[in-house]
Amino acid sequence: MELAVAPPMDSGQVRAGGELADSYLDVRDLTKIYATRDGVVRALDRVSLTAKRGEFLSILGPSGCGKSTLLMIAAGLIPGSSGEIRIAGQKIDRPRTDIGIVFQSPVLLEWRTALGNVMLQAEARKMEHKAALKRARELLASVGLSDFENKYPHELSGGMRQRVSICRSLIHSPDQLLMDEPFGALDSLTRDQLVLDLQQLWMKQRMTVLFITHSVAEAVFLSDRVVVMSPRPGRIDRVIEIDLPRPRTLAMRESPEFADYSRQIMELFLARGVLNEHPGGKAE
Amino acid sequence: MSDQTRTGEVQAKPDPSSIGEIEARLQRRRIQREKSERISAIVYPALVMVALIGAWEAASRVFGVPQFLLPPPTVVAASMHEHANLLIKESLLTSAEIGLGFLLSIVVGVPLAFAIFLWPPFARAVYPLLIASQAVPKVAVAPLFLVWFGFGLLPKVLIAFLIAFFPVVINTAIGLASIEREKVYLAQSMGLGPMATFFKIRLPNALPSIFAGLKISITLAVVGAVVGEFVGGQGGLGHLLLVANGSMDTALLFGGIVALTFLGVVFFGIIAVVERMVLPPHAISAATGARESM
Repeated sequence: MELAVAPPMDSGQVRAGGELADSYLDVRDLTKIYATRDGVVRALDRVSLTAKRGEFLSILGPSGCGKSTLLMIAAGLIPGSSGEIRIAGQKIDRPRTDIGIVFQSPVLLEWRTALGNVMLQAEARKMEHKAALKRARELLASVGLSDFENKYPHELSGGMRQRVSICRSLIHSPDQLLMDEPFGALDSLTRDQLVLDLQQLWMKQRMTVLFITHSVAEAVFLSDRVVVMSPRPGRIDRVIEIDLPRPRTLAMRESPEFADYSRQIMELFLARGVLNEHPGGKAE
Repeated sequence: MSDQTRTGEVQAKPDPSSIGEIEARLQRRRIQREKSERISAIVYPALVMVALIGAWEAASRVFGVPQFLLPPPTVVAASMHEHANLLIKESLLTSAEIGLGFLLSIVVGVPLAFAIFLWPPFARAVYPLLIASQAVPKVAVAPLFLVWFGFGLLPKVLIAFLIAFFPVVINTAIGLASIEREKVYLAQSMGLGPMATFFKIRLPNALPSIFAGLKISITLAVVGAVVGEFVGGQGGLGHLLLVANGSMDTALLFGGIVALTFLGVVFFGIIAVVERMVLPPHAISAATGARESM
């Protein structure tokens, strides 16, 4: 079956979001090359995209498409090889501190309680203690962890730990939330719950979110726009605007509109060889 | 077939009171099991100990082993009682040497590990020397220390230090270096400076490894102090052992060994208690499992 999908576009022809006057995040021709013992690896190849303030933008792609690298560069934690990233017009050349960041693993300090881990962010920023404590408690309560404030990480389940990590990333009301496959290590029920939690937090706070994932359902469910990347070298394949009402519900995942978005992405993956079907049931 | 199905249905819907009974019974059983495990952890080794001492006592009497070869435990105990003052005095001296040598290991070892971690060129320059210092047999250096520092407290403290500081340095340096990259990234994104990152994140992260090093170090400090006393002692338990040996007083020799063992256990216990106060419980079990084997 021939799929009517255009080949991946080259060298910054795709500019996700176009030239927006109010763009918050502005990535231009970003390239990242890793020089390794086995030769050079092109992790990102002239990626350009923009995001508006308050937008929920997902980067979706298979492993090795450089999406995590993109996030690290956007956080200012590693440098790009060429091209640039601007935040509100400001070029990024050092670790950003105006962000909240959530990694795939919760990265909690084992010697601090759940509350203590959330408060670490407040202490680091020298926030007013009482107000920060109140906000930390509110955040933990909003993700159902009120009764677990004083538990240590090893006493919490994987999903609870990741919720603590999300609370920590939000206590200082950051302009932008960067999430690197935050639910990748969780079971699917926990993941559904956390996706709902995240949507609620986002609708309340309206921070700009850059969400890295390899889950089609997560990306479509949460995002205003989904940036689909093609693998090796990482390039932007397509940007898909998700026009579904909010708050989105789990039932909405079964709606024809939702299915249509998922199918569009699936077809891209099939066309790029990220996914391969075995037609005629000939698979052994 | 239908019978089985019916039984299944019956089991699936027991009345709530009996479920409560089952819960209570299982909970009781668990508490009982934990209690008996706690008790047996103390009673079993104690029984083995008593049995061994009893066998020793019986064997040395039944086979008529000469007392200068193997005095029975009762004779050792009597000798210890007789020389109690001497044993206590020498123990205090040896304790001082062990304690000072160990403290010196921390005072020198921990900052050295910090420097190794924070300043890579320094690490490259110092590492081979550090390894070489461990290749030198410390017992062989002891006479040299006597020539340099005389027969007082200092040479013993230095030998204890020389043996004991290496695990402190290595475990501290490894503890500091073994941190998830994400924790460092997190610190950067929170705007923590290098100093704050070090003290708020890296150092606490390294504590289990550091304590594992301290536990190895304290047992080595005991060895170091005794070696120092062997070579140039005018006192201390090591010196006592030599004197007892020279006068064929094997009972007192055993008494000195018992005293030394006691000292080692007490010092180790002190470190373990401090560790327990400083670290959350799960970190200790993780450290004893993984890091102490190094």
